[in-house]
Amino acid sequence: MNGPQDMGGLQGYGPVNAEPNEPIFHADWEKKAMALTVAMGFTGTWNIDRSRFARESLGPANYITWSYYKIWLSALEQLVKDYELASAEEIAQGKSVDAPAAVKRVLKAEDTPAALAKGGPVVRDKAGAPAFKPGDVVCARNFHPTGHTRLPRYLRSRQGVIHKARSAHVFPDTSARGEGEDPQWLYSVRFKATDLWGDEANPNDHVHVDCWEPYLERV
Amino acid sequence: MAHDHHHDHDHDHSELPEMDLRVRALESLLVEKGYVDPAALDIIIDTYENKVGPQNGARVVAKAWSDPEFKKWLLDDGSAAIVSLGYSGRQGEHMDVVENTDDVHNMVVCTLCSCYPWSVLGLPPVWYKSAPYRSRAVIDPRGVLAEFGVSIAEDKEVRVWDSTAEMRYLVLPQRPDGTEGWSEEQLAALVTRDSMIGTGLALSPDQVPA
Repeated sequence: MNGPQDMGGLQGYGPVNAEPNEPIFHADWEKKAMALTVAMGFTGTWNIDRSRFARESLGPANYITWSYYKIWLSALEQLVKDYELASAEEIAQGKSVDAPAAVKRVLKAEDTPAALAKGGPVVRDKAGAPAFKPGDVVCARNFHPTGHTRLPRYLRSRQGVIHKARSAHVFPDTSARGEGEDPQWLYSVRFKATDLWGDEANPNDHVHVDCWEPYLERV
Repeated sequence: MAHDHHHDHDHDHSELPEMDLRVRALESLLVEKGYVDPAALDIIIDTYENKVGPQNGARVVAKAWSDPEFKKWLLDDGSAAIVSLGYSGRQGEHMDVVENTDDVHNMVVCTLCSCYPWSVLGLPPVWYKSAPYRSRAVIDPRGVLAEFGVSIAEDKEVRVWDSTAEMRYLVLPQRPDGTEGWSEEQLAALVTRDSMIGTGLALSPDQVPA
């Protein structure tokens, strides 16, 4: 989706304001918003791609003005509703009315350290060979899906060179739609800054971006 | 719902009552439904508040500076080399370590969201997740670096890594001069979080309190 999350190359947001000695959280509610998001992810009701799409879909004005964890909490509330784990009324009241839905698993305290240490690897087996090899010249496709994608707009129709062929990874575009993992070869692609941004850019500079094979065409 | 009139994803204390109530309501509900174990929440928070952080990454860098074999492994297979030091897990499953040299300065961003190597750096700072950084890191990396007090020679490559997939990047900063013979522990004290994102350099010996 050409949504507010796709920020690369936008202008007008001003300087980067780094807060000296920044605390990890700025309020207790942020801790809980983070932890609830992680814990609900472990129920296996949705995947990380779907949860990113939920955050991207909160409305552009909200996305650019809300704080980070307000976005997380709002997306979590939306996912809980979308997957019918609770109703809007229950969320508003903080009180269960209907019987709970069945979830695949619940993250128990005793399993939490091991679950966090294990994470959620996305490398998958895939038959066949990657279409591209290091050094190949490729062009990022010019497409504008309305769903989730991880090909930033600033790359579309731009040429780059395969820097590294990686493993097959879960394909976020299908994964976010609930259409399966559909693993695709992933590449690190090297783009010249001047090809992306014109002659104003430093000719020595590059941007390296991870692109799945369906994002790329051979030149 | 009240609107916030702030920008830059700063924390805003006017959010507090509303957000506090909403989080409490959602937590009560999800616990009552049996989807969430409240004790698990405490462990998650403790993990990212107290256990996982840039001290992990600093130890990785210090070891790479001290041990050429480890450095080679780290650059060839960052995931395995980092796991060998005990740092694994969420948002660090697939690691690519990129080395700063005399010719290349690396810098990491996630223009699409907030991807960040939690297992070695912990949770990202607000600025990393903010619109100014995410928008400008790719189009104006040198301008961003200047705001962090970092100046890179015009004829040196600035290489920006946009974390669009589940690969997570750790910058291996250049080892400062004047640190010959230092222990890994001494070296780790020179490795700042920003030096491992690429918005900073490792500290020089005279920048560290004795």
